[in-house]
Amino acid sequence: MKSAKLAVSALAMIAASATVASARDQIQVSGSSTVLPYATIVAEAFGENTDFPTPVVESGGSSAGLKKFCEGVGENTIDIANSSRPIKSSEVEACKTAGVADIMEVRIGYDGIVFASDIAGNDFQYTAADWFNALAAKVVKDGKVVDNTATKWNEIRADLPDQEILAFVPGTKHGTREVFEEKVIAAGCEESGAAEAFKAELGEEAAEEACMALRTDGKSVDIDGDYTETLARIQSAKNGIGVFGLSFYENNTDKLKVGTFAGVTPSTETIAKGEYPVSRPLFFYVKKAHIGEIQGLKEFVEFFVSDELAGPEGPLAAYGLVSDPELAATQAAVASETTLTN
Amino acid sequence: MTDATFPASAAAPQSKSSLLVVDERTRKRNAAEKRFRAYGLSAIAIALIALVVLMYSIFSDGIGAFRQTYLEIPVTLDAAQLDKNGNRNPEDIKKVLTTTYGKLLDQSLQAVMTQNGITIEGIAAKDVSDLISKEASAQLRNRVLANPDLVGQTIDARVLVNGRVDGYYKGRVSMESAARDSNTSPAQLQLADALKGKGMLSTEWNWSFLTNPDASDQRPEAAGVGVAILGSLYMMLVVLFLAVPIGVAASIYLEEFAPKNRLTDIIEVNISNLAAVPSIVFGILGLAAFINFAGLPQSAPIVGGLVLTLMTLPTIIIATRAALKAVPPSIRDAALGVGASKMQSVFHHVLPLAMPGILTGTIIGLAQALGETAPLLLIGMVAFVKNFPAAPMEGLFDPASALPVQVYNWTQRADPAFMERASGAIIVLLVFLLCMNLIAIFLRRKFERRW
Repeated sequence: MKSAKLAVSALAMIAASATVASARDQIQVSGSSTVLPYATIVAEAFGENTDFPTPVVESGGSSAGLKKFCEGVGENTIDIANSSRPIKSSEVEACKTAGVADIMEVRIGYDGIVFASDIAGNDFQYTAADWFNALAAKVVKDGKVVDNTATKWNEIRADLPDQEILAFVPGTKHGTREVFEEKVIAAGCEESGAAEAFKAELGEEAAEEACMALRTDGKSVDIDGDYTETLARIQSAKNGIGVFGLSFYENNTDKLKVGTFAGVTPSTETIAKGEYPVSRPLFFYVKKAHIGEIQGLKEFVEFFVSDELAGPEGPLAAYGLVSDPELAATQAAVASETTLTN
Repeated sequence: MTDATFPASAAAPQSKSSLLVVDERTRKRNAAEKRFRAYGLSAIAIALIALVVLMYSIFSDGIGAFRQTYLEIPVTLDAAQLDKNGNRNPEDIKKVLTTTYGKLLDQSLQAVMTQNGITIEGIAAKDVSDLISKEASAQLRNRVLANPDLVGQTIDARVLVNGRVDGYYKGRVSMESAARDSNTSPAQLQLADALKGKGMLSTEWNWSFLTNPDASDQRPEAAGVGVAILGSLYMMLVVLFLAVPIGVAASIYLEEFAPKNRLTDIIEVNISNLAAVPSIVFGILGLAAFINFAGLPQSAPIVGGLVLTLMTLPTIIIATRAALKAVPPSIRDAALGVGASKMQSVFHHVLPLAMPGILTGTIIGLAQALGETAPLLLIGMVAFVKNFPAAPMEGLFDPASALPVQVYNWTQRADPAFMERASGAIIVLLVFLLCMNLIAIFLRRKFERRW
């Protein structure tokens, strides 16, 4: 492979000259695609209102972002990882091994997960049990565990509309899927009493799995793309119901109709009050070692959680973020550079 | 003997077959040919229909990105709010954030409404303030910072309006959809119509789509492909300056000088294989070799360019070798015959004749690299980049985006206005590709020689 050899030697020369030149002056952020819009809004405002350059924000998912974050310390590693779930202890370990010892955890607010269908379709009032009975692979009928054969929503509960069951749920690579399984399907499993029946019939461990398993007969469709794909699917299959982030729904209220969950209509207010149950905190993680090394990093983090941005009147709330009632505590933690303690 | 019986049997088919009467077999053959032609035509028709549908959907969605709605209003830069100390110190003025400028714009719009007697029934204060894009306050702030003397004056500002109102004038938003939309309202659209009636609001050609950087999810109206075009351009420069010399040198050596043995055979097979390797693999290689090992910065066009160079090399080598092969051996023989060295024969005679083929191959390779996203995913170029990179060479190490990346990013955004931007970026990308192919055709026509 002569050409490859030639290429590598030429590239090596360029690389050698490059390492001298690269003094990074902009903040690098990576991670969750749910946090991405908020991070870009803050980055843009930060660039406009300060003398620092606008941070570069990448997406790619919470896990990918945290993996990159834990690669090590130094100018060619990222400074901040966005995440739609708390960092796992295994990830903290991986970070430590690579030399990323001090990690600051910053909670920016909450994100709601909503169920929405085509604007011209039926109204829905869901409960967790409805979702479980509609989408679980196995359900309990007359005290027996049977395969789920329901085809219409009104078979699940008579109050629900006479409409085919077709749900577009986030694929397994999404952080949203975890929340959906935990707070909707597993909760519905408990709520409908199926968990007890599963335990009696299948045993403790198998019951937990049976509670989470979604049916595979085409009624529940995994969407590995973004919410834009879910929206496109609903527009072509009008009886489909999609799982969305609250902010996506708020930006597309002219096309989507949202269903209530346990009698509560999702909104930033109901989530902030804790009435709407399907929500999750959003985080970002900062390398403490980079504060002082990378210009403007601390200023950016403080700017992110300031009342003007992350507060209830700020642009992030306007975009769909449920602002954190304990924002003041977060601001204090950022100011004192408090790191994770485990 | 058989001769005796033959004429009798031969006479029978002769009498049947005639040039004027088509026999069964010929008819079948003709029918088969007709069928084949029909298949071919329908294949072309399907391809054309697919192309037309694709182009129609892209252009109908994307042409809107090249037009933008602006509002022209007088804005009073209230000294009490912008410069509390009253000494016009640029450092003090800097401390005033964009939110204050947003309020000034809001007040100015309210003033314009009262002056012109525009009253809309049931309009909320939020509808009025949201009419003006959030980008406008940043622009106004930059204008004041560049010229602090403006504080206290009333200036004419030409500001963007929000994406929904802009969409209303492009047919994307209607009064019915606005009634259901939480980001706009029919009252806001009526206000826009009233302002349009006064000649303050107009939809114009939008050059800034080509020059603006990306914008955040809240202001699709301000987003442009400027950084992406620059990033793509920088990467193409890197590819051009690395892939062409390396590729051409490698293929000249392989084609003209290298001995034909097992080793060169293996090299040849490997180059052909490399050309078929999925591009994401080069991204993984780039991450390992250039970022983790060589320590190059993330999101930088230099790394993107290097990765795309690796990806384009096999294409260029294969095209160059084909072009060199196509030069008749007589040219080489004649050069060697008059006493030229091997190298002279190659550089003075073979290479100039192979040039059109090499150039075509190079440009096709570049065009392929221009449209590539997958390898850039892994090296951090699929990112939100707002600052323009500096001029080369320094700028090669600054973060930048790329055109296909911008398309990918925008299709994921929640605001439907970004769909229009994405299609607009596709149009820009297609225009670039078309230009490159035209240059390839032009060069081939100009330099081509026939024997």
